[in-house]
Amino acid sequence: MPRPRAHYPGRVILGIDTSLGTELALVDPDGVVRAEAASLDALGHAEVIGTLLVRVLADAATTAAVGSPVPAGAETVVTHVASGMGPGPFTGLRIGIAAARAFALARGIPVIPVPSHDAVALEALMASALADTEPERFAVVTDARRREFAYTVYDGIDDDGLPLRVAGPALVPRDDIDATVAALGARRLDATRVPAAFIGLVAARALAAGREVADAEPLYLRSPDVTLGHVPKKVGV
Amino acid sequence: MNRREPLVLGIETSCDETGIGIVRGRTLLSNTIASSMDEHARFGGVVPEVAARAHLEAMQPSIEAALKEAQVSLEDIDAVAVTSGPGLAGALMVGVGAAKALAVGLDKPLYAVNHLVGHIAADILDDAAAPLEYPTVALLVSGGHTSLLLVHDLTGNVELLGETVDDAAGEAFDKVARILGLPYPGGPEIDRAAVTGDPTAIRFPRGLSRASDREKHRYDFSFSGLKTSVARWIEQHEAAGQPVPVADVAASFREAVVDVLVTKALDACQAYGVPRLLLGGGVIANRRLRDVATARGAAAGVTVRIPPLRLCTDNGAMIAALAAELIMSGHEPSTLAFGADSTLPVTDIQVAVSG
Ligand SMILES: [Zn+2]
Repeated sequence: MPRPRAHYPGRVILGIDTSLGTELALVDPDGVVRAEAASLDALGHAEVIGTLLVRVLADAATTAAVGSPVPAGAETVVTHVASGMGPGPFTGLRIGIAAARAFALARGIPVIPVPSHDAVALEALMASALADTEPERFAVVTDARRREFAYTVYDGIDDDGLPLRVAGPALVPRDDIDATVAALGARRLDATRVPAAFIGLVAARALAAGREVADAEPLYLRSPDVTLGHVPKKVGV
Repeated sequence: MNRREPLVLGIETSCDETGIGIVRGRTLLSNTIASSMDEHARFGGVVPEVAARAHLEAMQPSIEAALKEAQVSLEDIDAVAVTSGPGLAGALMVGVGAAKALAVGLDKPLYAVNHLVGHIAADILDDAAAPLEYPTVALLVSGGHTSLLLVHDLTGNVELLGETVDDAAGEAFDKVARILGLPYPGGPEIDRAAVTGDPTAIRFPRGLSRASDREKHRYDFSFSGLKTSVARWIEQHEAAGQPVPVADVAASFREAVVDVLVTKALDACQAYGVPRLLLGGGVIANRRLRDVATARGAAAGVTVRIPPLRLCTDNGAMIAALAAELIMSGHEPSTLAFGADSTLPVTDIQVAVSG
């Protein structure tokens, strides 16, 4: 059954990120947040994702955000799913990507992959723009478990309004993060959450610019066998 | 909800098969399986992270392939079903995340069900077979589980009689294959090697089969001692400078596994007065197991049911079939408040039941 999409006032992008906590948001293409729901627990993504998804959809249907042209009670139509692709601990990360793809399949809409650090970077860049401060080069740093950090270095915002990535994402041992970031001339910006609204906004800006900001594959940054406690040994013979 | 002949899409990701099944009531419309088995071969066993990555990649194409084969569209689906457990946690979570978002996206009910009970439900889809009669004893044997169940009612009452206390039977095949220098997966390799072997050449131990085990472990299995015993036998043989008779070792090992599986299953049939035995799980592919079970079952007056192999290995059709049975017998859907439960007991046929 075809769904009405064009000329619809309540067109929104669903942002999903599970690279740290479980965060979902619905944003208008211009970045106005229509609804947000999050669990900041670093575990339990599979448990909460369905309930949070229902909540953002319900909230967007009943509340109009300040500045949104959409009146309260207007039906929202999700036109795209923006999926945070990591880096982040794999088990949780996959749940958000699996959910993003399945929701998109259910609705017959596209998935837009977004590097999770881009969302953190865009939020920081917009905050510094509001504060009218000159953004300096910075590294978004997140926990990658196994005594490592994941980092991506950004240097301002480009003409499409997207964070300008200059290094990473990559992994570094925890003890080496400061030296690594300093060598790249960046200030360290630790993040403990990835705002799904900014996943959605990065996707909206990428769409508007006709650009792709990430591959369809998760940013694992590690080969799967490093997760082996031990590779099964040859016994006997 | 359509409770007469519901169209159900089932998602199974508990181990290394991404299974998507579509059923209409008791009719199988699609059984799509993407396996990551080849990617595990060089590790000699299923690597959970490799399996979980493969599930994520296979999920969407598998759903699309299943819909195409079943010639239905997502809008036609009455309910989504998913395995909540038992199985590998990280692998299960991919299915759970996808199933929840699919159900919410379609605004359809979701049934979160038990993988082991799903194996029993697979039998319902075999339209060449007579309807499943209750109660029945079920023996489920795979690389991930070895369980003996008493099924009173598929949707309401499944009892665990016993299970493996260490390795699953399929794991034992893999490990012994490795000891013999044979590739992974071990089941078919051991079978090939055993063709010319004498199953009575070496008397390997039957785990938990002593008279003293009867009280506490009558229906439990143990294969770890058997594996060690094979390894020791070979070491001693080599130390004595003798060549290892691979065919005899393979045949004798397989005989020990098959013997203990069939003996305990038929013992349960006799003890509970149930003349029916249902086999399930990937190790049922082993012809020797099927033959011995059928022959000894016949001698004991027990009818042995074996679903087609594609329904015995892990698959999404059995998950859809179990949910369809739940729907047809009036059970309410699950809420969205559940996760992956790697040790879900078989008595929990459905989880997070609403209402
Ligand atoms: Zn199984």
